[in-house]
Amino acid sequence: MDFLVFNADFPILSLLIFTPLAGVPLLFLLPVNPFAKAWALLVTVINAGLSLYLLRVFDRDSFLFQFAEHHPWIPSLDINYTLGIDGISLLLVLLTTLIMPLCVLCSWRYIQDRVREFMACILVMETAMLGVFMALDFVLFYIMWEAMLIPMFLLIGIWGGPRKIYAAVKFFLYTLTGSVMLPVAFIALYFRQEPHTFFIPALMGQGFPADFQILIFLAFFTAFAVKVPMFPFHTWLPAAHVEAPTAGSVLLASVLLKMGGYGFLRFCLPMTPQAVHLFGPYILALSIIGILYGGLTALSQDDMKKLVAYSSVGHMGFVTLGIFILSVRGLEGALLQMISHGISTGALFLCVGMIYERTHSRELSHALGIMKRMPIFITFLAVFCLSSFAFPGTNGFVGEFLILAGTFAHSRLLLVFAVPGAILAAAYMLRMLQKIMFGGVDNPDVSHLEDLDIRETLTLLPLLVFVFWIGLSPGPVIGIMHASVTHLLEQVQRGMAP
Amino acid sequence: MIGNVNQAMAIAPELILCVGILAVFLTSLGESLFAKARKAALVSAILAMLATAATFTENSTLFFGTYQVNLFSQLFKLMMLFGLSVTLLCGWELKDIRENARSEYLFFLMTCTLGLLVLVSSIELITLVVALELTSFSLYLLVPLRDEKHGLRIQMESAVKYVLFGLMSTGIMLWGMSYLFGITGTTDLPEMVIRLKPLLHNPFAVIGIALSLAGVFFKLAIFPFHFWIPDVYEGSSNETAAIISTFPKVGGMAVLIRFALLILPEEKSLIDLLVILSVCSMFFGNLAALVQTDIKRLLGYSSIAHAGYLMIGIITLGEKGFALSIYYMAGFLVMYLACFLVICKVSRRGENLAIEDFSGLYKSSPLMALTLGTGMFALAGIPPFVGFMSKFLLLTSAWEDGFRAIVIIAALNTAISLYYYLSVVRIAYTGHPREGAPVTLDGGTKILSILLIALVVLLGIVPNSFIDMATLSILGLR
Repeated sequence: MDFLVFNADFPILSLLIFTPLAGVPLLFLLPVNPFAKAWALLVTVINAGLSLYLLRVFDRDSFLFQFAEHHPWIPSLDINYTLGIDGISLLLVLLTTLIMPLCVLCSWRYIQDRVREFMACILVMETAMLGVFMALDFVLFYIMWEAMLIPMFLLIGIWGGPRKIYAAVKFFLYTLTGSVMLPVAFIALYFRQEPHTFFIPALMGQGFPADFQILIFLAFFTAFAVKVPMFPFHTWLPAAHVEAPTAGSVLLASVLLKMGGYGFLRFCLPMTPQAVHLFGPYILALSIIGILYGGLTALSQDDMKKLVAYSSVGHMGFVTLGIFILSVRGLEGALLQMISHGISTGALFLCVGMIYERTHSRELSHALGIMKRMPIFITFLAVFCLSSFAFPGTNGFVGEFLILAGTFAHSRLLLVFAVPGAILAAAYMLRMLQKIMFGGVDNPDVSHLEDLDIRETLTLLPLLVFVFWIGLSPGPVIGIMHASVTHLLEQVQRGMAP
Repeated sequence: MIGNVNQAMAIAPELILCVGILAVFLTSLGESLFAKARKAALVSAILAMLATAATFTENSTLFFGTYQVNLFSQLFKLMMLFGLSVTLLCGWELKDIRENARSEYLFFLMTCTLGLLVLVSSIELITLVVALELTSFSLYLLVPLRDEKHGLRIQMESAVKYVLFGLMSTGIMLWGMSYLFGITGTTDLPEMVIRLKPLLHNPFAVIGIALSLAGVFFKLAIFPFHFWIPDVYEGSSNETAAIISTFPKVGGMAVLIRFALLILPEEKSLIDLLVILSVCSMFFGNLAALVQTDIKRLLGYSSIAHAGYLMIGIITLGEKGFALSIYYMAGFLVMYLACFLVICKVSRRGENLAIEDFSGLYKSSPLMALTLGTGMFALAGIPPFVGFMSKFLLLTSAWEDGFRAIVIIAALNTAISLYYYLSVVRIAYTGHPREGAPVTLDGGTKILSILLIALVVLLGIVPNSFIDMATLSILGLR
């Protein structure tokens, strides 16, 4: 096991994965709904606390997979229960554990019906999402990757909005159909590699033949492009975002979308570098189209959730742009953009959810001029909007700047198309902010609104802290990922050399 | 015949079941002794299951070398007796069976199972055919025993179809067997394996094996012997459909493996034939299931598709493939039992259920909805359930042996099948509840559904010990 570092005193990763799952039975044993919320909150907070241990012990100078665990699972096929995280996955793990308590908090009042089942879905989601980022064996990865769809389907389908069934089915069919070829690709990789293995790091940088790489890449690409989602595979996203309950939207935006980018970084780049080289230009083109399309569509939305959803399409376009220009700046920017997007778009969905809880409408025109009534809320919203369109000093700026700087070095033509996307982001975000802050000063609909209570403030506050923390001092975050990203890039460049 | 007491112990499960059959027969003579009959049936099924577990490591050949008790046979017997016990509990009230024929229904169900137990142990063609016919004829009789409501005679039509298709495929099978006997001069299967070796590419051997497989294909519902499935499922009562679709298939699977052992790996034409049948079954089953509105028809078509997946393990003709097929079958058994448990319990008077009838099941009975959801997601092959793991391992072994196209086709079929499995879950979880009294569950049903859910998950997460056992059992056959 050359790729693993066993530097934890106790199986911390398993603990993180299975703590939420272990919390599920108790939800049903004690039949009180308020208890269910408190219990789910407790479990997710404990998990978030546990994940801080990772940050303390993590060795920033190593690109190897740390905190490793390795146990035989199906020995006849050499399928193992192998966990481990490097600089790329550590950040996404931390993002997940941070977002989960907020998802519970924001559902406190929103979910009145079947609370226990809702919380059970949330906790199962956490298990599966953490499993995706930590798994180093393909079978384990795929189980977590697909298992996640079931609770998400139920979250949208049961607690969603008016067109929830359509949205849930579309989400499920799209993502699952996209990834049916994933196991076939891995079976092919398994038998190509000697000795046969499903161990993900052992399949990286192996220099497979080019035509083989192309087939594998296409199987990977359909799975991850749907998840990102890249234009033109994005159509499930607005539907799912709009209909999902607030917690579901936050989960989708903050964590689920990151899995596509993570898949590109973890699988496509190191395993099929030649195919990446071949298909790179097309993917860059799709990314640019995604950025512009997402921006333009967001500009014309009146439904706030739809607006934020389409802005996600644009932001994720920046992520794939950063990944496929294949430079240190681009990759680090993309990863940082993934984290920032998780924080600020998650926060924006929380904000829209809070407006919805008060006005029972997501229409921009019904939320005109609520600044007077809700000053605390509007402060939060303004900061998150600024961070969403990459205002300097906020987290969004660092990632987007790095990506654009990388693009500049790669091709100026691309930059010419990418920069308007950044400006579009400012345009649609400011449009929303302007309407909510100043529009219709004497809008009578908003006279009865109350400002945020303590719970809601507590929900948004951690995200606000991270917006400025990452925005003002991105060094530590980049420090975590740097070793892994440089190693990844070396692998890709070695693989691309003829 | 039977040498000593130990050898008699080897067939203890069959003997216990015989006693059970006698008991059920005696109760059927009296009036309204149905409650006693079903208790006798269940007790003997469970005792036989325990006896199978006790004789798990038994290894003996009885009845002049026609009857073999080993790990292979006992593993299949255990699966089938488990299936029998669960289906007995599913149809505990036998709501939709004619009131004066309920004890007889149980009687035929038991003789069917006895036939299956004999079937998986027989290693001689004539014994095998007799056992197969005992099974089939008992099953034929179960179908028309459905209650006639408002002059509804759909069960008669189904029964006639079932009998005609069954007899036809038996005829084809016997025809093939006569060729095999003709060229090898033996009806003893292990001996036949040896004598067929030098007869590679002999057209009679190829045709003989292919035709002999017809009887098995009929049981497993593999294209082109699948036509009876949807109509028979729809026409028979829910309990009967639960029976026909589950453990007789396990028995068919055992015979399929025994016949597959006759095929030499060099016999490309036969293997190609099996590949084509497997692909046709997958596509036909999945595409036809997309447009179904009746839940039993949907499960019927889906079982055709699953029979196609199952064949992927057989075409590799290796121990690993066979063992994984057995694992797939075990998974299929628990998944279908879970689905049919829900169907039997949700159907209040035993009427046929449309998919729409599950609307809002989540509100009226969360446990039933969970069982149905687990079963459907598992059938669709979504992790962490057994449906995923068994399919994944089967595809891995097929890829290893060079069957790449069929792996890709199977993966595509998974995508097709998603839609209809998902639509059942969608209706159960997001639909509005139907009017009428909520589904009431007794304690036994609750325990049973939790047990089935646990099995669907556990078989998927820890498949290792089962696969090792299945591999061992296959190795014992060679």
